[in-house]
Amino acid sequence: MSARRVNAALAALLACTAAPALAQTVAITGGKVVIGDGSDPIEGGTVLVQDGKVVAAGRNVAVPAGVRTIDASGKWVTPGLVVAVTDIGLYDVGAVDDSNDSDARKSPFSAGLDLSYAINPDAQHIKVSRSGGVTRAAIAPLGTNAIFGGQGAVIDLGADPDPVMIPRAFQYVELGETGAARAGGSRVAAWAELHDGLIEARELSLSPGGVRRDDVRLTRRDAQALIPVVTGNQPLYVHVERAADIRMVLGLKKEFPLIRLVIVGATEGWMVAGELARSGVPVLATPLNDLPASFEQLGATQSNVGRMKAGGVKVALGAFFDQPRYAPQYAGNMVALSRVPGASGMTWNQAFAAISSGPAEAMGLGDRIGSLRPGRAGDVVIWDGDPLELQTGVSRVFIDGVEQPLSDHQTRLRDRYAKSPSEGSLPKAYDW
Amino acid sequence: MRGYKLTLLAASAGSLMLAAAAPGLAADKDDKKKEESAAVKAARDFNKDPYPSTYRPYPSHPTLITNATVFDGAGKRIDRGVVLIRDGKIAAVAGSLADLDVPADAVRIDGTGKFVTPGIIDAHSHLGDYPSPGVDAHSDGNEMTNPTTPNVWAEHSVWPQDPGFSRAMANGGVTSLLVLPGSGNLMGGRGVVLKNVPSRTMQGMKYPGAPYSLKMACGENPKRVYGAKGRAPSTRMGNLAVNRETWIKASEYRAKRKAGKLESRDLAMETLAGVLDGEILVQNHCYRADEMAIVLDMGKEFGYKVSTFHHAVEAYKIGDLLAAAGTCSAIWADWWGFKMEAYDGIPENAGLLYKAGACVVIHSDDENGIQRLPQEAAKAQGDARRIGIDAPDAEVIRWLTLNPAKAIGIDKLTGSLEAGKAGDVVLWNGNPLSVYSRPEKVWVDGALLFDSADRKRRAVSDFELGQPGEGDVK
Repeated sequence: MSARRVNAALAALLACTAAPALAQTVAITGGKVVIGDGSDPIEGGTVLVQDGKVVAAGRNVAVPAGVRTIDASGKWVTPGLVVAVTDIGLYDVGAVDDSNDSDARKSPFSAGLDLSYAINPDAQHIKVSRSGGVTRAAIAPLGTNAIFGGQGAVIDLGADPDPVMIPRAFQYVELGETGAARAGGSRVAAWAELHDGLIEARELSLSPGGVRRDDVRLTRRDAQALIPVVTGNQPLYVHVERAADIRMVLGLKKEFPLIRLVIVGATEGWMVAGELARSGVPVLATPLNDLPASFEQLGATQSNVGRMKAGGVKVALGAFFDQPRYAPQYAGNMVALSRVPGASGMTWNQAFAAISSGPAEAMGLGDRIGSLRPGRAGDVVIWDGDPLELQTGVSRVFIDGVEQPLSDHQTRLRDRYAKSPSEGSLPKAYDW
Repeated sequence: MRGYKLTLLAASAGSLMLAAAAPGLAADKDDKKKEESAAVKAARDFNKDPYPSTYRPYPSHPTLITNATVFDGAGKRIDRGVVLIRDGKIAAVAGSLADLDVPADAVRIDGTGKFVTPGIIDAHSHLGDYPSPGVDAHSDGNEMTNPTTPNVWAEHSVWPQDPGFSRAMANGGVTSLLVLPGSGNLMGGRGVVLKNVPSRTMQGMKYPGAPYSLKMACGENPKRVYGAKGRAPSTRMGNLAVNRETWIKASEYRAKRKAGKLESRDLAMETLAGVLDGEILVQNHCYRADEMAIVLDMGKEFGYKVSTFHHAVEAYKIGDLLAAAGTCSAIWADWWGFKMEAYDGIPENAGLLYKAGACVVIHSDDENGIQRLPQEAAKAQGDARRIGIDAPDAEVIRWLTLNPAKAIGIDKLTGSLEAGKAGDVVLWNGNPLSVYSRPEKVWVDGALLFDSADRKRRAVSDFELGQPGEGDVK
């Protein structure tokens, strides 16, 4: 058998078992192409993906002879959505404890917990998010007995056995009301815990085999896990909402200058936009918070993200703990806000970037994922309309150049009940 | 403890009654009879509205909107339509100005490029009962001390200063809402319909003429809450048993009351008898299709109708049964998978119900979701369209207006742009089913209570005064 026929046979076999086809060269032509970097959409553009990477995207892209071509006329073609942070893949059903790995409060460990061990690529939440156009995600945090939420993982949402793109990609820490509660009931205690942990990690890094002080709170595993944080080799994601807390976090750089901070949440970010902008620290902001849901969110407004953006903050949308596939709806609302008198939102181009290249850049991965610029992962989504509009759906998804199945528990239920809800000549259970 | 005490009191009242009927006490008979009739009267002719609405419409100008796309809430779309609000009511909706008697002093609004709908109605809210900030001291929505608490009234927990009310209007165009007790109990208590108008008191928001609702809950919540306390119900069959026993008591109570044999009032039984009399609507939290089918039969067993199943993530599996029962399904568009009984939720739920001819209501159950009900409906519309079910925009708007009005019993008062109904109207800056659109103006009974162009026409609750972002655009 020729290599080509072997490939074809293999592809057919894989298709039968609902596994994805192999990475291939594919050209998607005729669609409205969104690069995802904030530039204008390109009508009638072509996206060329080769060996799992974007080779070119734009108007004058030459398609090599013999390449599989997909006609996307009348459709939109975008990079896959990037969601940071979320917790999909850690559970099947949130409220079914046995299926849920997002809570480790009874463990003696915290910072040293590596989330990559728990990611389940077959979880329905991964499949449903993929069908919604989400292709990459930063997964965190764990509930722990400390302010540290563990080492988060960056994953792809591909239908393959290898979901983890980067294990231990970042450390996650809680420093607002949640952190205070975990540390012993006060922000003062949370800061003591953070400071103690970072000092301990620094000492450990300078003398790896040395004797530890006997009054440290962290286990050796946890302290070791914080070494890459103090040395700047692993970003520290800090969840805070209150303006005063954000200022405190930015102050960390004075004592620990190598730390690479990312702020998560930031409901009151607009109140400290100037300081955030000057710091260059990226923000993954929860979009649309406009209620004083807690006393650390009194200044909540939907204009938060728009004001930070206008103030020069590196802000992207994130922290979706409901459903990552809502990312386009959130981004669309940013555009809506730009039309409300006195409110601040985003242009369409900025809003799309805020759920693609924006989070990728905040994660330090803008050169690898999040846009259709050359060299990025071949994560491409074809939509049947404006991807930020509510009625729009996903037609095809590619991850690393591999076309993905878009079937899941929901689509199977839909297909069973779409014709009629009532039983036919046999019970419903035979209809599959 | 309180429930236990009430049970004891009821038992001693019962023994007194037995004693009165026993031989040897005949001498007191005439006096007793007189006493009884006074007590019976008190138990039968009680005040059904002891916390009456004090809401009065705010002053309004006659207002004429022209050239707008109008969705009337009852399934009709009028392009370049005209809406006249006068004396706080919808005066007319038409395709042209020709036949309208427009007052000379009417405020005229050019609606070119804009859209008009009735005020949005949320059939499932906990605003006021679980207000922001969501601190423990504000947790007033679930009286989880007894699995059946039809004696509690959600209105007695409503904090009118909840900032959530203003967001629901400014961003969601919400003008009426049903505030329900939570779902920790099988029978959680009475829900109250509110006008979404700022007020110092709950009574100042209470929708005049709206019926009460009884909140009920199936499934995981009640059995989890009480199973964890080591008491019934701890299973789904326990849920049904406790419900049925309670309905049996209510039926007996009602029969006694009719027969003039009741000697004392019972708040819980008054609510349940109100349901059996058809005066109080049943709003039943229920996720699974099989449980909804059982609950429909329980309604038949005791002679009440379920007005609406809430959450109903599996309603699409029994669209035929729900259509036949005339029971609405108040649902999210696509929220799913957070608990076991929500595992079979699908985004086509609304579309499949619509196709089956069942009543679709998009609800929020959430202080953020209530700000985006049209967005949720639009997502459901798109998901329906992709499987060949075409629900036109004007029909989808009905899921947010006339259908919820019907589900909570105010469809004769509001919910559509019909002459004579309340002047509850939203002017949107684009199609409300687009993610890019927001309310521009909102009227309640003809009074302009939100105007995106006027920062003073924006409600700021007491709680927000002097806080960061007071009066901000939100």
